[in-house]
Amino acid sequence: MSLELNDTLQTLVDGLSENFSDKLIEVYQSSGDTFVRVEANSILEISKYLKEKQHFVYLCDVFGIDRYTSEERFEVVYNLLNLRTQTRVFIKVRLKEENPTIASVTDIWKCSNWYEREVYDMFGVRFENHPDLRRIFMPEDFEYFPLRKEFPLLGIPGSIELPNTTPDTE
Amino acid sequence: MKITDINSRVNPQFQEKHQRSIYKSLEDKHTTIEDVDIDDPLNAKMILNMGPQHPATHGVLRLVLQLRGETIEKTKLDIGYLHRGVEKIAENKTYQEFMPYTDRMDYLSPYSNNVALCTAVEKIAQVEVPERAHYIRMIGCELARISSHLLWLGTMVMDAGAISFFIWTFREREKIYDIMDQIAGHRFTVSHSRIGGVANDLTSDASAIIKEFVTQFPKELKDWHGLLDRNRIFIDRNENVGVLQTEDALNSGATGPVLRAAGFAVDQRIISPYARYDKVDFEVPTRLEGDNLARYFVRMEEMKESIKIIRQCLDKIPKGPIRSNNAKHAYPSKDEVYYSMEGMIHDFMMTDTGICPPAGAECYHAVESPKGELGYYIQSDGTGHPWRLKINSPSFRNLQVLENILDGEMVADTVVVIGGVDPVMGEADK
Amino acid sequence: MGIESALGEGYLTTRLDKLVNWGRANAAWPMPMGLACCAIEMMAFAGPKYDAARFGSEVMRFSPRQSDVMIVAGWATYKMSHAIRRIWDQMPDPKWCIAMGACASTGGMHRCYGVVQGVDNFLPVDAYISGCPPRPDAVIHALMKIQDKIKTEHSVLLDT
Repeated sequence: MSLELNDTLQTLVDGLSENFSDKLIEVYQSSGDTFVRVEANSILEISKYLKEKQHFVYLCDVFGIDRYTSEERFEVVYNLLNLRTQTRVFIKVRLKEENPTIASVTDIWKCSNWYEREVYDMFGVRFENHPDLRRIFMPEDFEYFPLRKEFPLLGIPGSIELPNTTPDTE
Repeated sequence: MKITDINSRVNPQFQEKHQRSIYKSLEDKHTTIEDVDIDDPLNAKMILNMGPQHPATHGVLRLVLQLRGETIEKTKLDIGYLHRGVEKIAENKTYQEFMPYTDRMDYLSPYSNNVALCTAVEKIAQVEVPERAHYIRMIGCELARISSHLLWLGTMVMDAGAISFFIWTFREREKIYDIMDQIAGHRFTVSHSRIGGVANDLTSDASAIIKEFVTQFPKELKDWHGLLDRNRIFIDRNENVGVLQTEDALNSGATGPVLRAAGFAVDQRIISPYARYDKVDFEVPTRLEGDNLARYFVRMEEMKESIKIIRQCLDKIPKGPIRSNNAKHAYPSKDEVYYSMEGMIHDFMMTDTGICPPAGAECYHAVESPKGELGYYIQSDGTGHPWRLKINSPSFRNLQVLENILDGEMVADTVVVIGGVDPVMGEADK
Repeated sequence: MGIESALGEGYLTTRLDKLVNWGRANAAWPMPMGLACCAIEMMAFAGPKYDAARFGSEVMRFSPRQSDVMIVAGWATYKMSHAIRRIWDQMPDPKWCIAMGACASTGGMHRCYGVVQGVDNFLPVDAYISGCPPRPDAVIHALMKIQDKIKTEHSVLLDT
């Protein structure tokens, strides 16, 4: 499949295939955006390479996708922007369903702190070496992961409690 | 007296595990506390909860502040009090049905959110949008930008003490509500943008009222500049408060006016222009200081630039259709629906199934909303419902910056800094 | 007593009731629980065009101890519901509650796991306003209905 890559993306793909040829799985384009899929265990070194050598200094977002397939169920996507040439690229990794874990990139881009907390809250993906892995939207007492496909839209009755309407005097 | 073992002293009444984990994270983050007093005779160290219900937090935002006297040592933010699970709702609705939900996210500037969803779906499904619709969308987006910045100005200055500003800016906002009433039929959660164009055309009344607004608004702006720009109290409250250093700005994830006030001219209208922004002339205001005063100046200048853009749009707007003709991509006009069989069937199919982008397609598109970069990532599975819709909301990213810039400030500055960063909780909590 | 037997049973207490109710109805200070988009319409309701102050709601008191009417504007999530209930409990009697907007009344368009489907699940609501968001005129209408409700109370009469 032919890709129309501009200069920045071409140097990126060349650089990645040169330095991380065994970790790079595929590069594809969809609706004009470029997606690069890499191995999950190489995310730290690839992120460092992207930030320092390829000037993708701005991390816009980290989010998860539930593919609902039997192997490699979860996908974590990193949205990076190169401010010099104003080019955007997406790095994807796939994780298995049992106990999905991946290294955290908070040392490289500080802003991924909250983004990774959101992925943990919604999907249950744990991030190693994250400084503060807590739930961000749902309260800690909540036991489920809402954006997984098997969680019903209306919620599970009893999973989160309403306040007591007969208060004792305080 | 170090503040350790906070958990043994608190007695949470509800959501116990949640409260305990916040207090525990407050303990862990600090590694060294300078022990100036042996015992703390003044009890100067305390944990202050600026709870979810507070007049000055814009919406339901909770800050847990660790204080030493009046100075903040560190803060932890607790969000999620407005979390609905909008992304999960999106997986069960067609793209057009999802439009009203986008309105309610950044509810201060609803038009930008609508345009963001529309442009993202148009990118993934390759829908053509006619010229006139692009210009109408631009006018709507810039009016939404002015409206959002007006509310920001009113509430930030009211929080700093000058309450009349709230009344003045709301008077101007009512004028914009009247304009939106004329254009779209609703005061502020308009869902005017449709996939493939806009819902209905600008009447001559609407154009007249927009022209009138554009002529009289700059005078108001000049008055407010005269009142605040060199006002000693305003400057003292805002200068060097909540400073975001230029070298930290990109790393901490700031976006929108917060990033532009720290020196980086990052604007999605320039980076990836949408809706004919490349045909109009405007500047992106930036400042270098990164403090609250810089954010004030950036937003005031943005309002002026928006007026410029609206003037150019009103001059350049061509005549023509306002929605795409392709029945698989856009709703037919009401005339066709009422008076022709095909129109009715197409309307039915669009409501029932909706637009079906190709299976496996993914795309991301960002617009410049008044708060920053608002992006939609859509992954389609071939049906009319998206498989995954991720909303990259600017308020979420700016709130993360808030955790870092409040260290070392006084408690009274919290209010002004939150006003300066301008979060909207409906968007931050999705 | 002399006056009672001359004017009829319960005349004094009903007059006293009417006086008390007149005072309460025309000075109903709202406690805005502004959560989401309806809060912006509530601000417009307090703003210059639709002035709430001329109806007696002179100030929006953000302190629950000093207010009479709680206007819940916006959707209540499960996480926030505890805070809202706590604030309701802190308000002194007599107090009334207005559920503003579709989301506060029944959960509105948000039929999903995070949103409580109507604040009447944990609060005793007196007036419901429909609309998404309701125009400030509708909020004024609800306030007037609450005033009518206050005027028909019999707080002193029932005590004696």
